[in-house]
Amino acid sequence: MDVEISLRVDGTEHRLLVDTRTSLLDALRERLGNTSPKKGCDHGQCGACTVLLDGRRVNSCLALAVAHQGAQVITAAGLATDGALHPMQESFIRHDAFQCGYCTPGQIVSAVGMLEEAAAGWPSAVTPEFASSNTSADGGSGVLVEDEIRERMSGNLCRCAAYANIVPAIREVTAR
Amino acid sequence: MTIPARAMGEAIDRVDGPDKVRGLARYAFEHPVDRPAYLYPVQSTVARGRVIGIDCRQASSIPGVLLVLNQYNAPRTNIPAGQGELNILQSDRVAFRNQFVAGVIAETSEIARHAASLVRVDYQEEPHDVELGGDRDDFRVPTSIAPQFPVEVNKGDVDAALESAPVRLDRIYLTPRQYHNAMEPHTTIALWSDEGLALYVSTQGVSRIHDVVAGLFGLEPARVRVISPNVGGAFGSKAHANPDIVLTLLAARMVPNRPVKFALTRQQMFSQAGYRPPTVQRIQLGAERDGRILALSHSSTSPTSKLEEYAEHSTRPTSTIYAAPNLRTRQRVASLDIPTPCIMRAPGDCPGMFAIECAMDELAVECGLDPIELRVRNEPEVHPGTGLPFSSRNLIGCLREGAERFGWEARDPRPRSRNEFGWLVGTGVAAATYPALRYAGSVATIRADPDGRYTVLIAAADLGTGTWTALAQVAADALGVPLSSVDLRIGDTAYQWATLAGGSSGIASWGTAICEAAGQLRDRLGRGGSVPRQGVEVTARAPENPYANQYATHSFGAQFAEVRVNADTGEVRVPRLLGVFAAGRIVNPKTARSQLLGGMTMGLSMALHEEGVLDSRFGHVVNQDLAAYHVSCNADVGEVEVCFLEEDDPYVNPMGVKGVGELGIVGTAAAIANAVYHATGARIRELPIRLDTLLAW
Repeated sequence: MDVEISLRVDGTEHRLLVDTRTSLLDALRERLGNTSPKKGCDHGQCGACTVLLDGRRVNSCLALAVAHQGAQVITAAGLATDGALHPMQESFIRHDAFQCGYCTPGQIVSAVGMLEEAAAGWPSAVTPEFASSNTSADGGSGVLVEDEIRERMSGNLCRCAAYANIVPAIREVTAR
Repeated sequence: MTIPARAMGEAIDRVDGPDKVRGLARYAFEHPVDRPAYLYPVQSTVARGRVIGIDCRQASSIPGVLLVLNQYNAPRTNIPAGQGELNILQSDRVAFRNQFVAGVIAETSEIARHAASLVRVDYQEEPHDVELGGDRDDFRVPTSIAPQFPVEVNKGDVDAALESAPVRLDRIYLTPRQYHNAMEPHTTIALWSDEGLALYVSTQGVSRIHDVVAGLFGLEPARVRVISPNVGGAFGSKAHANPDIVLTLLAARMVPNRPVKFALTRQQMFSQAGYRPPTVQRIQLGAERDGRILALSHSSTSPTSKLEEYAEHSTRPTSTIYAAPNLRTRQRVASLDIPTPCIMRAPGDCPGMFAIECAMDELAVECGLDPIELRVRNEPEVHPGTGLPFSSRNLIGCLREGAERFGWEARDPRPRSRNEFGWLVGTGVAAATYPALRYAGSVATIRADPDGRYTVLIAAADLGTGTWTALAQVAADALGVPLSSVDLRIGDTAYQWATLAGGSSGIASWGTAICEAAGQLRDRLGRGGSVPRQGVEVTARAPENPYANQYATHSFGAQFAEVRVNADTGEVRVPRLLGVFAAGRIVNPKTARSQLLGGMTMGLSMALHEEGVLDSRFGHVVNQDLAAYHVSCNADVGEVEVCFLEEDDPYVNPMGVKGVGELGIVGTAAAIANAVYHATGARIRELPIRLDTLLAW
């Protein structure tokens, strides 16, 4: 069954017809031609499809488009504004934090979403239990320690295995 | 002589970076096409047998279904010899579980997938044979592996030397099924129209796909075009045409003028996209008490399918790495009812060096020697297999430089000598080597325009390897012009024929063609000559390497690992990896470092995580997704340091490069296994190293 929905993607309003079985990822890629979120596994296991959905990072392959009527979606393409790359994108290039580039838009969106979660005081599995909510992620310094970045970015697989470049790329952005 | 370097050697950022960080670079499935149709396959549920009936009625009745493709209505193809895996929907035979037996073409991917689940296939099942047990009697010597390397090597009298050696070692090492799992699944768009066949496909070599496809369908070569500007990782699995491409073509043939899109799911990749076969390897070493090797015997057995032969050449590095007056290598395969394995990052050398380098560590312990010193004592003067001199070889330099950077000297060699708050800490070392290959046949076109721009056209590939950047650096230096005046075009059979990106041969093979074309262009223009108004174009084929039969050409490296093993849980962590490599000239230190770092990390993944588990009752791999087949994630990886030793090799190719795509994965798993031994005293000879094995030790 087809249903008409509206989505605001990277600042642009779209009305589109989707099958009730269409994932948000397929709606973006196959219906709207937005190739920024990638399909790596279609099962929420690789993170290549990560987008910001109403401000939070999600695996768009696990979201049904029809369930997100009126949602605001930001992809890696939308992080760049007025032709200028987002600082996270620049940092990924400078640190060569990717090779094939297929997981990269998802990594970058995930990193941007992750930093907001950390700034909001959300703990991760490696955050010390005794830390207060304000300092749990960064010890109050504003800079995430590497183990926090590694843990919080582990939902985004990179088979080219650029992890040792991804961590300093993200860390440099947090240090600003 | 190598060409002088100006752009080469510069650590410049990837030119495709700005598009890739935004997700704008187009991968195969993403090329905009009009009115696409979508394909979804039906896979066999038996591992061996015959399809005796296909009921498509229910599937065909779903609105939006265009056609159910099957053995009765599929177009006929010519199957090239030795490529039986491409022989789909051509007969009723089922050769392995999950083989394609039908496909649904529909207006949307959702409809195609649903309808495919409604296709009913009846089989006459036959008993299958999917396990490589040691008691088989049908092991055979592979017919050939790679033409430039002998299948087996025999030198001296190994048995006699083993018999009389003061120190002897006889060990079995096991490596499991491993899957490439590139992040971009295998994807294809095929459009069959009056103009011919256009294919967008994720591949390591458009020219090879072009030739295979033209042959399969008996098409005039000029009417087939294959396009693949960006590839989302490959690691060997996209080197050859796979059945998914053929299925897409069969579908496209049936719905002319409509582009057909097909992407394998992650689960389908475990039966359709090749894999590194499991190996059973035996190493026998005989040595003097001072560690000098007297005899080395290495045998390796791996399974292949009944459709094609692929042998994992694990014994290939054995005749390269250490001086052994008596040397023997043996390869065996047996054909099973399974999908055909294929090359995967450092095929042969990767599992082979796991076995050899663990055995060397065991020999060092037997002889009471430092493992680096043991390797230094067995450094050969010439290639032990062929007797040829090495064009360049700096394994000892890599080991010594690494030892210094890693802080090897302070190491207490006794196992279990460091316990830090319940974590047993150990360090390990292993050597790495990979052949410096150069494939013949690549052709490049260079066009010079009067505005000072140079366009370089060659059907090369960038798998994430950095070709877009590094090959342009090569072209700039070959032409003697600034990098900014070179426009490189790759990934399209509209350009000249090129060898595939495999065997770490890309830059060596394509760069040689570009150097040849650039040389001819410069000759044409003459000294200081200006480019005429209409421009000048030169097309040239890469010449043969005049030194090919005079030198053994290999790259080398040393891998160092630090591990921490939890004394209570057996959990293994790898806080530190260091690789030091001597791999000829490094065209782009930034992208080359990433390739090696990625290879080392994939080696870590191989050491601790990766294993495809076969269910012999049904003949398929049960952990066929990224939740159950573990590849290293960010939290699994600590510091990874890469260091290059300068190396000037005038005999490999005009650039002096040796290739770095595969060297990084070689030896890493052994360095980690050796570090686990040092940390715990447990000698694990089977990958992956799991905590239950360590706890049981």
